[in-house]
Amino acid sequence: MSMFESLAIQIVEMLIVLLAAPLLTGFVRKVKARLLRKRGPPVLQPYRDLIKLTKKEAVIAESASWLFRVIPYLVFAATWVAAALVPTFGAGLMFSWSADMIAITALLGSARFFLALAGMDVGTSFGGIGSSREMMFATLAEPAMLMIVFTLALIAGSTQLSTVAAFMLSPAVGLRVSLGLAMVGLVIVAIAENARIPVDNPATHLELTMVHEAMVLEYSGRHLAMIELSAQLKLVLYVSMIACIFVPYGLAPPGAGPRELMIGAAAYFTKLAGAGALLALFETSVAKMRVFRAPDFIGVALMLGLLATLLRFVSREM
Amino acid sequence: MTITDAFEALPPVPGARPWPRRVVDADIWRALAASLAAGERALLGLWGEAGSVHMALLDRSSGVAIASLACANGGFPSVAAVHPPAARFERAIRDLHGFTPLGAPDERPWLDHGRWPDSAPRAVGPYPFLPSLGEGLHQIPVGPVHAGIIEPGHFRFTANGETVVRLEERLGYVHRGVEALMAGAPLARAQKLAARVSGDSTVAYSLAFARAVEAALEIDVPERAVWLRALMAELERVANHLGDIGAICNDAAFALMLAHCSALREKVLRACATCFGHRLMMDAVLPGGIAADVADNSEQILRRLVAEIKTKFPRLVELYDNTASLQDRTVTTGRLDPALARKFGCGGYVGRASGRSFDARRDLPYPPYDRFTFETPVLEAGDVDARIWIRIKEVEQSLGLIEQILARLPAGKVLATPDQGSGEGLAIAEGFRGDILVWVRLDGGSVKRCHLRDPSWLQWPLLEAAIEGNIVADFPLCNKSFNCSYSGHDL
Repeated sequence: MSMFESLAIQIVEMLIVLLAAPLLTGFVRKVKARLLRKRGPPVLQPYRDLIKLTKKEAVIAESASWLFRVIPYLVFAATWVAAALVPTFGAGLMFSWSADMIAITALLGSARFFLALAGMDVGTSFGGIGSSREMMFATLAEPAMLMIVFTLALIAGSTQLSTVAAFMLSPAVGLRVSLGLAMVGLVIVAIAENARIPVDNPATHLELTMVHEAMVLEYSGRHLAMIELSAQLKLVLYVSMIACIFVPYGLAPPGAGPRELMIGAAAYFTKLAGAGALLALFETSVAKMRVFRAPDFIGVALMLGLLATLLRFVSREM
Repeated sequence: MTITDAFEALPPVPGARPWPRRVVDADIWRALAASLAAGERALLGLWGEAGSVHMALLDRSSGVAIASLACANGGFPSVAAVHPPAARFERAIRDLHGFTPLGAPDERPWLDHGRWPDSAPRAVGPYPFLPSLGEGLHQIPVGPVHAGIIEPGHFRFTANGETVVRLEERLGYVHRGVEALMAGAPLARAQKLAARVSGDSTVAYSLAFARAVEAALEIDVPERAVWLRALMAELERVANHLGDIGAICNDAAFALMLAHCSALREKVLRACATCFGHRLMMDAVLPGGIAADVADNSEQILRRLVAEIKTKFPRLVELYDNTASLQDRTVTTGRLDPALARKFGCGGYVGRASGRSFDARRDLPYPPYDRFTFETPVLEAGDVDARIWIRIKEVEQSLGLIEQILARLPAGKVLATPDQGSGEGLAIAEGFRGDILVWVRLDGGSVKRCHLRDPSWLQWPLLEAAIEGNIVADFPLCNKSFNCSYSGHDL
């Protein structure tokens, strides 16, 4: 395949995640509303919200420094780059050589770090509470993520997602206990990282219970639009990552033709919809945890990741 | 001679009905305060009037009584000095009437925020919050403007990390001067004001006000009106409890419960609109009876409503009981010590969830409740879960009451015209939050002085106690389980 073609595919994949991000959030909200027997806002509402926010005045706290204004763009950039490294409909991503799953974790970690800084920068108590809670969760979620990455790397022989996805498509994978453990771990990490119920409630108006929302409470206008879009991107990123590792069916192999790419795209959107519906169903059926119970929940992911890695050392087949 | 004997030996003020009001001297006032502190009596209310202060007391053996003390030199012996539940009442009296509680432990203003067009406002400068000293403590100011569509109130948390060391409330943001507006108002206007003290308890407030006026003027209310009032009061209770149960679960991010409970509540409100002409039944209860008889097919509509709730509600209760993640949030959260509940004499689900069995419908029975069979649920746990369960059981009891009323509803007219008399009346009606006290002095058909005491006066301070030692993130859940009224408290 020519350089031009793979670059084109890479760019299309990057644009797809960006454009699909608000759609997935809108879809999850819609399904949740339907499960509650409500009509719910239109699926396209998140796009409208983002457009509305960009048109609005950005109110910035008097105590905010330049950091506060820069961080939304930093966070967005880091999240988008991370999302560009996750195969969506085709496994042969051009940028894969430049960064691997550890880099994705690091990019998301630094985005979180900056957001926590911004939360504390304005000096309001909610920002501080949100930042402290977010970092408390992160201290467990990040190592859990790394353990899962190690497990996958030990199985697939690479930390690059494109290679992992290609390996997962091959018959060499087989049924492995460690993969199952890693999947459950990754789902838990995804729930925690995306501030979903039961760790956090994305729909709450109660400042005191917020985690992610408390951190970004002072943002408004275009800054808030950037942060919201980053959060939506992150959800797509995690769904794509889980899909390409554990349900790689339909994923176009490297150097695939247009027909396979079309099938890949159709499969990808089906997976997004399926994951969105599952997430909505899960969120409707549980209540939020106490703040101090959440580390136990995320700790399970860490333990699962650790166990999965250990199993790989015990037996090659597991 | 015991204090009870000395107090009861005093002659009651003529014209005060149905319970006696006695003018006492400072010694008996102090002795009564001491008996409150000793737990022999419960404080029902404490309010001021031109020249004197009144204290409503509940005695288990002899019922309700009011003690009045003339404020010589603009002061009166502080009750709060020995009985803390009186503190906020006294601060409000000082703000509204200028009487100084002598020896009061807390001299800060309460309702006065320094924004009244007053020549000498009491509140000057920043409000001094109570200090909490210690290493690693930090303050979290919340409100008065909140993110949701709720009433304004300021909460000052002192926390050690996530653990709440102290919560201090600052209320009074929705003070509308209802009692001042009532002074001199004709009955019709006063009734409208009373119905708007707290919108969700409009029937209970109207009922308490109407009963106080009826006591003062010795009006005989037509039997049918008495029954229909009770019907409205129970419908209001059911609607509010259903809303509360859903809202508490929603604060634990369990939106499913809110969706189903809101749908049921909406059905109650729509039935009320059809039967009584207003969703919340505002201004339906008047002194002397009710504004209009129910619509013709009401019995059928309400029977169908009760039947529907009886089939759907148990499934929601089961959902609540079987959702482990939800139980994990509510059980043991925000525990209110039964001893404190008793001390504050707080009513409603807050008191009943903490072992204080008081129900104005049963303990100070007013018609038609003396003719019905119902239970007042009581639990000892005192946590959020217990407050939900009290509501669940009260919904069941209220449904039973509605059925009893529908089965035996007498016929006849529904409104007796009140005459232009004078007198004093006290009434206590059970709203969904607890007992609402209304004291009114009428003069020639208009209100001279009216005091309305919301149950929240005695519940708000307990929220401060219940949250202590809990984590900051659990406050909304505790707060919702108390669901105190801002507007009813701020007046």
